[in-house]
Amino acid sequence: MQFFIDNFDILRDAFLQTLLLTVLSGVLALVLGVVLATMRVSPIPPLRGLATFYVETFRNTPLTVVFFFVIFGLPQIDTVVSFFTGAVIAVGMYTAAFVAEAVRSGINSVSPGQAEAARALGLGFGQSLREVVLPQAFRTVVPPLGSVFIAMAKNTSIAAGFSVSELSSTLPRLVNANAGDLLVVLLAVVIGYMIITVPMAYAVNRLERRVAILR
Amino acid sequence: MTSAATGEPLVELSGVNKWFGDLHVLQDVDLTIARGEVVVVIGPSGSGKSTLCRTINRLESIDQGRITIDGTPLPEEGKALAALRSDVGMVFQSFNLFAHKTILENVTLGPVKVRGKGKAEAEKRARELLDRVGVGHQADKVPAQLSGGQQQRVAIARALAMDPKVMLFDEPTSALDPEMINEVLEVMTSLARDGMTMVVVTHEMGFARRAANRVVFMDAGRIVESSDPETFFTAPTSDRAKDFLSKILNH
Ligand SMILES: Nc1ncnc2c1ncn2[C@@H]1O[C@H](COP(=O)(O)OP(=O)(O)OP(=O)(O)O)[C@@H](O)[C@H]1O
Ligand SMILES: [Mg+2]
Repeated sequence: MQFFIDNFDILRDAFLQTLLLTVLSGVLALVLGVVLATMRVSPIPPLRGLATFYVETFRNTPLTVVFFFVIFGLPQIDTVVSFFTGAVIAVGMYTAAFVAEAVRSGINSVSPGQAEAARALGLGFGQSLREVVLPQAFRTVVPPLGSVFIAMAKNTSIAAGFSVSELSSTLPRLVNANAGDLLVVLLAVVIGYMIITVPMAYAVNRLERRVAILR
Repeated sequence: MTSAATGEPLVELSGVNKWFGDLHVLQDVDLTIARGEVVVVIGPSGSGKSTLCRTINRLESIDQGRITIDGTPLPEEGKALAALRSDVGMVFQSFNLFAHKTILENVTLGPVKVRGKGKAEAEKRARELLDRVGVGHQADKVPAQLSGGQQQRVAIARALAMDPKVMLFDEPTSALDPEMINEVLEVMTSLARDGMTMVVVTHEMGFARRAANRVVFMDAGRIVESSDPETFFTAPTSDRAKDFLSKILNH
């Protein structure tokens, strides 16, 4: 217990960094992911190609490599970002590829007759998607999207390797200073992650039941 | 027979050809539909009836030929195509009501989003149309709570809400249980009587006799015969039509 009291400030600050990193990358991943999924089902071939290229590239590249690209590659084109911003960009762009795949499979699960009926009424591509297809796709997309975001929360730990003082980055320091309490230190960090991921899983569950009733 | 067509062409297809890969699904199709005319399209399965119907609002594109609606050639894509589609009502075999919206919202979506009507005005009109097709009291339910016949009548109301110039029906009663077919056909018959221009793919001979001005018989992608219902059913000229009729009438 003494350990928690002594290191409360360090743990709290690190936890807040992880939380902020999760929220900001999550927003970026969601927005970019939905745009990419939309591009992949659009009637314009170059847009489809571009989005497919993006998704395949990021899905098949280790996140650590994406971090290297953002943090050391961007300065090469005269764009310097802070480590924290770099981490948000890396995690957000990487996760966007998985969000796009989840949303696209949700879109494909909506019967084509729905989009046809929308188009037959005179709705444009964007309107059909917004008014008819996406709201229905959302129902099947909730569980896979939940997994994507929980994985993302854990993936933010890679930022520790790039000088961001988030939860995992406290481990070496705290372990060195509290060698006798190794398990307690680890437990503290695990609890930090669970405070973020467990409510996420719970929210996904709730949402899943809500949209199931609406069906 | 119902109100005679005025003779002025509303939908014109000329020299229309379409292929699905190697399959020549529409072959040199010429068809002119007059304002107020009700045309029933019949023919064996796979003869291209649905495809023909769907080319008229360009849910299917064509490879050759020309289609005009009210004198305007069908736009290729984009806003102009969407605008044209809003003037062409379509009723599908499988209803395709928007599953996540209420019955009322299904009918107001087009007028609000496409026509830019106010919500209150659109709802007032939607309720009138739902009453007209006999499902006014179901307005707040979702499609899954309605029977097939009720859903199809809502689909007709949804199309009517756009004040279309012409309505396309692709086998509107084929997915229905027998006891629900008539309630849908009655709505369609009353539409025909009110002067709506209609293209109806159906095997319902009773409807064709009662409501159609003309029957178009298709086989293997071609229009083989086109005549008034009485002539078509009692004295078909082509062997294929005779053969087809003997099959479905003995059936
Ligand atoms: N999207 C498509 N791709 C390839 N072939 C198609 C496609 N749609 C239809 N076809 C083929 O084109 C032919 C005509 O189809 P269509 O649906 O127009 O026939 P139909 O007269 O409506 O038949 P049915 O009475 O069974 O509805 C069929 O052989 C069908 O298999
Ligand atoms: Mg068909």
